[in-house]
Amino acid sequence: MKNFEFLFTAWMVVWAIFFGYEITVARRLTQVREEIERLRQQLNGR
Amino acid sequence: MKGRLAYTGITAALVFFAGYAALFLAPDEATMHAVQRIFYFHVGSWNAMFCALFVVFCANVAYLLTRKQKYDALGVSGVEVAVMCCTIGLVTGPLWAKPVWGIYWTWDARLTSTFILWLLYIAYLLLRGLLEDPEKKASLSAIFGIFAFLDVPMVYLSNRLWRTQHPQPVILGGAGSGMAPMIAKVLVLCIVAMFFLMVLVFIDRYRLEQLRNECEELRFEIESRSAQVQSLPPSAAQRMSS
Repeated sequence: MKNFEFLFTAWMVVWAIFFGYEITVARRLTQVREEIERLRQQLNGR
Repeated sequence: MKGRLAYTGITAALVFFAGYAALFLAPDEATMHAVQRIFYFHVGSWNAMFCALFVVFCANVAYLLTRKQKYDALGVSGVEVAVMCCTIGLVTGPLWAKPVWGIYWTWDARLTSTFILWLLYIAYLLLRGLLEDPEKKASLSAIFGIFAFLDVPMVYLSNRLWRTQHPQPVILGGAGSGMAPMIAKVLVLCIVAMFFLMVLVFIDRYRLEQLRNECEELRFEIESRSAQVQSLPPSAAQRMSS
């Protein structure tokens, strides 16, 4: 297949950007959920 | 939760089938061969970006009219997702261009206006990071978002209005445009798959923004309670804190 390396690189880049971004969103979600839990405990005086 | 799982499953199936169709079912283009297959996800990512930016524009206008926080959350979520789609488009485009044009990049109307669009929305995100006051942040970014959206029709029309190195439009491009039926079917499938993928990330990002606001409300409540305790006489404050 001619120019397959460009197709392969583009394919990898699409998934790297997508999963990279999705992982950062998931991490931030976990951090905020933990923070909410901590604040709720603080608010309830525990 | 079940709805979310079902949606993720449908998106995964669509993306898998679209990927398979783009790589194996679509016919080999006569002059470009394998590298033409980049086009399926390149166009799909632009389409997803335009949809996200349209939502951002509507959310920005809605925020300025109503001052409801949910529109600000929708706006910033959409911008992040649109920047992700734009980045995919800006990286896959040059990877297609190098073997076809012999160069990765040229400053023609389409590429330049797209690059400016990417910079504008990066600036939108940076602007939000610089402002402390939530209301000021939301208002200024909504105004900036509406201003940045002016570049969207410019990007869309650039290769229709000016002669560009970028290929002329193959969809709604007038006489002489169009593509082989099988290529068109695979392209539509890829556009739908990328749209579903964009919506999936958009939902997660919007959820994050909502949780951040919930977090801010809790912090504010804790601060106001501790301020209340400090303003009381020592004996009452001791009773309240215990």
